[in-house]
Amino acid sequence: MAGVHDIGGRPTDEPIDRSGHELADWERQTDALYRALSEKALVYSDELRRCNEALSPEQYESLSYYERWSASLEALLTEKFILTTQEIDQKVLDLG
Amino acid sequence: MSDATARYAPGDRVRVLTDAPTTHHRTPGYAKGRTARITVVCGAFPDPEKRAYGSSGLPRVCLYRVEFDQSEVWDGYRGSPQDKVYVDVYEHWLEPA
Repeated sequence: MAGVHDIGGRPTDEPIDRSGHELADWERQTDALYRALSEKALVYSDELRRCNEALSPEQYESLSYYERWSASLEALLTEKFILTTQEIDQKVLDLG
Repeated sequence: MSDATARYAPGDRVRVLTDAPTTHHRTPGYAKGRTARITVVCGAFPDPEKRAYGSSGLPRVCLYRVEFDQSEVWDGYRGSPQDKVYVDVYEHWLEPA
C-alpha cells in the first residue's frame, strides 16, 4: 500500500493549488532548526522524510508543510534522546 | 550491488521492482513494475533508505535517471505517444528488462 506521501498519479479532479504564501517567522525558524541540526549531523534529511511519512494520514493531510517538519523534528529529537517530550512540553509552557 | 560500480549504462532497458516495503524508500509508487530506459548514470550516493534510520548509508549505491513513456506509466494516457516522464531510481530498485 502506498505511503500517504506517495501521491504521484493519484486520481483527482481538484485543480492544482499554485498559490504561494509568505512564510511565518516560526516556519523560518523551523527551517533554520532543521538546518542547524543537519549541520551538526544530528538529523539527516532522509530521517526527516521518514518521520513525515510516518505521520498518520489524518495528520499528514491536516498539518501544513512546516507543521509536519515541526512534528518530525520533535519525533527525531526525542527518538535520539537529545531532548525528552517532558522537556519540550515544559519549554512550551514556559514560553506560553 | 554493494559497491559503487554502475551495473547499468545509458540505453539499458530496466524494470522497476514492485516491492512495497513499509520502511522509507524514494521510488514512487507510479513507477513500480514499469519498464524504462536508463538515460543518465547520476553517480553513487549514500543509501537514503538507510540514512532514514540514522545510518551513514554507506556503501554508496548507484542512482540512475530513467525514462518512461507516459503511456507506459498511466493507464489510458491520452497525451502524445512521445511524452516521457523521468524518475531518479536507485540501482537496487531495478532489474534488467
